[in-house]
Amino acid sequence: MITINNLHASIDGKEILKGLNLEVKAGEVHAIMGPNGAGKSTLASVLAGREEYEITDGSVDFDGKDLLELSTEDRAREGLFLAFQYPVEIPGVSNVNFLRTALNEIREYKGEESISAKDFMAMVREKSAIVELDAKLASRSVNEGFSGGEKKRNEIFQMAMLEPKLAILDETDSGLDIDALRIVANGVNTLKSKDNATIVITHYQRLLDYIVPDFVHVLYNGRIVKSGTKELALELEEKGYDWIKAEVDAH
Amino acid sequence: MNELIQDSKVTSFVEFLPKTKLPFNNELLLKASDVLKSIDFPTTRTEAWKYTRLGRIAAIPTREQIARAGKNLSREFINANFQISNNGLTFVFENGIFRSDLSSGEFPKGATIKPLTGCTKEELATVGQSIPLENELFNSMNTVYAIDGMSIVIEDKTIIEEPIQFIHLLTGKNTVANLRNFIHIGKFAKAEIMQSFFALDAENSFANSITEINVSENAHLIVNKLQCEAEGNFHVSTEQVDQAKDATFTINTFTLDGTFVRNNLNISVNGVNATTNLNGAYILNKQQHVDNHTCVDHRAPHCNSNELYKGVIDNKATAVFNGKVFVRKDAQKINAFQSNANVLLSDFSTVNSKPELEIYADDVKCSHGSTTGQLDEEAVFYLRARGISDRSARNLMVEAFIGQVLEKIENEALLKFTQEKLNKRFNWESIVE
Ligand SMILES: Nc1ncnc2c1ncn2[C@@H]1O[C@H](COP(=O)(O)OP(=O)(O)OP(=O)(O)O)[C@@H](O)[C@H]1O
Ligand SMILES: [Mg+2]
Repeated sequence: MITINNLHASIDGKEILKGLNLEVKAGEVHAIMGPNGAGKSTLASVLAGREEYEITDGSVDFDGKDLLELSTEDRAREGLFLAFQYPVEIPGVSNVNFLRTALNEIREYKGEESISAKDFMAMVREKSAIVELDAKLASRSVNEGFSGGEKKRNEIFQMAMLEPKLAILDETDSGLDIDALRIVANGVNTLKSKDNATIVITHYQRLLDYIVPDFVHVLYNGRIVKSGTKELALELEEKGYDWIKAEVDAH
Repeated sequence: MNELIQDSKVTSFVEFLPKTKLPFNNELLLKASDVLKSIDFPTTRTEAWKYTRLGRIAAIPTREQIARAGKNLSREFINANFQISNNGLTFVFENGIFRSDLSSGEFPKGATIKPLTGCTKEELATVGQSIPLENELFNSMNTVYAIDGMSIVIEDKTIIEEPIQFIHLLTGKNTVANLRNFIHIGKFAKAEIMQSFFALDAENSFANSITEINVSENAHLIVNKLQCEAEGNFHVSTEQVDQAKDATFTINTFTLDGTFVRNNLNISVNGVNATTNLNGAYILNKQQHVDNHTCVDHRAPHCNSNELYKGVIDNKATAVFNGKVFVRKDAQKINAFQSNANVLLSDFSTVNSKPELEIYADDVKCSHGSTTGQLDEEAVFYLRARGISDRSARNLMVEAFIGQVLEKIENEALLKFTQEKLNKRFNWESIVE
């Protein structure tokens, strides 16, 4: 699905990603953990196409396409989805209105017909139910006045609507209470299939009880420095990152 | 005594304009001609014209005016292109001249709607009473050279459900059209008026419009003003409004096209418990220049005024907003709100926004805010990350921004008309579901 090879990225002349390698196959769930400032969100931003970052080396293959050559919107149209760590509020732009525009632009890109108003509304009802998002919120301005938890659920709602091949969830669990966490995780699990893949960026092992990862990676200082199975997350929860830092820094 | 200026630009500008044939009060005409002899086009040294240059209007070779009126047009064409609501209350003027062939001949009971050329001296006796002439070039010019315009008189207690539509077409090259309208809404009466301005194969032409509006006790009036004159033409208009007690007056000024537009909106709130709503939207690109000067003069207590103007300015366009609110000494318990917000879409677009509050009463609630910014790039990225193109993302946000003013339009036909115009000009999706 996605192969990241020796990725180097900097912002304002400062190198943040320093030769990152990662491969995710269809049907898999990968968790990325790591201390604050390690570069987790940077990786997500670079993959989504944020223009402030300069890619100085490396390559990203996304389902046979050179991802780094694509514009942000084309990456989304090819099936990449980023659930933002900090979803933006957009006053006056209605959630469903913009999603319909998005859906139709994606369809147009794929040479498909646009969705009818009726089918679209049925889809909104079905998908908002998955994350238990109030229908009223679905039609309000994007994230405006939403609580932290509602914003995160709205991200998963959008993911459900757009049905991406690869979803990257950047700390979607942070700040959620246990009920909201279950809802979000349930949303992700419901949408999971053998044809799509998920990367969850998180600080908390508890999320991984709900979204069970096939692999857990530690991102530190701009690189994946350790990979393992879900047991690694438990170990990190218990011991923190110092032992990993020590390991890496010793080299 | 005014000092005469020999061969001023004004003198040569008006030299070939036909003097008004309207039966205005003689003193008014004399006063206005005196003013014209003594002043020149204002420069940016004049406070009211600080950011708006009149050079291009002054340079119109008025002696070379090509068309006056009489363009070959059909009612069907008017209906299809300029009429907003399909009803029988449409009145069409071309270059200030009444086109009876394109207009409705009838009007509803309790309303008298006719061109000023069809009015008697008595009927026009109060025209000009509240229009300042001293040092006012466009008001004076309009008075001496007014061609025609519309007189709308709604009798007391009369309710006109259908909007009355006034359509002005600017045609020809180097045309100067001075038009003058007069609106009187009787006590407890209610009406909605649509004033729309278009240009049809016009080039380097200029419309100078004055509308005097009188809203009597407990009357309701909505004026929708739509400015769509095409590129390469100029427009100056003045609305002088007097509001009596318990009256509600709403004016929506939407500037959708035109190279140069200046609006002077002066509202004198003379009676208690009146409500005044001023909404404005301007969406500019290329080298357009749009200047909105508004003034709400609260002369009586217990009144509310709400003003919301929003602008989107692209390319090398410039916008000016100057909003004055006066609260006189005895006008206590006034709620006056004013807001002007602008979005600049290019590095070359500019806006000069100046709210001015002058408050002499002590028990009032007044607020004003003026903001100018760019589109939120984080939001643009967010939308693009969902598969929306950069252009559509920006359009969605601009629509949302200006939509907050457009949603003040109660008339659905007008909302649709406005949207279609904007969609066509800016390639927008539809703003309202
Ligand atoms: N504009 C910038 N200029 C310089 N450094 C930046 C800029 N933006 C981010 N950084 C730095 O990049 C590093 C990586 O940040 P990033 O947000 O990717 O970390 P993270 O792993 O997501 O952390 P967290 O767990 O706190 O979310 C940090 O040290 C941050 O300060
Ligand atoms: Mg982060």
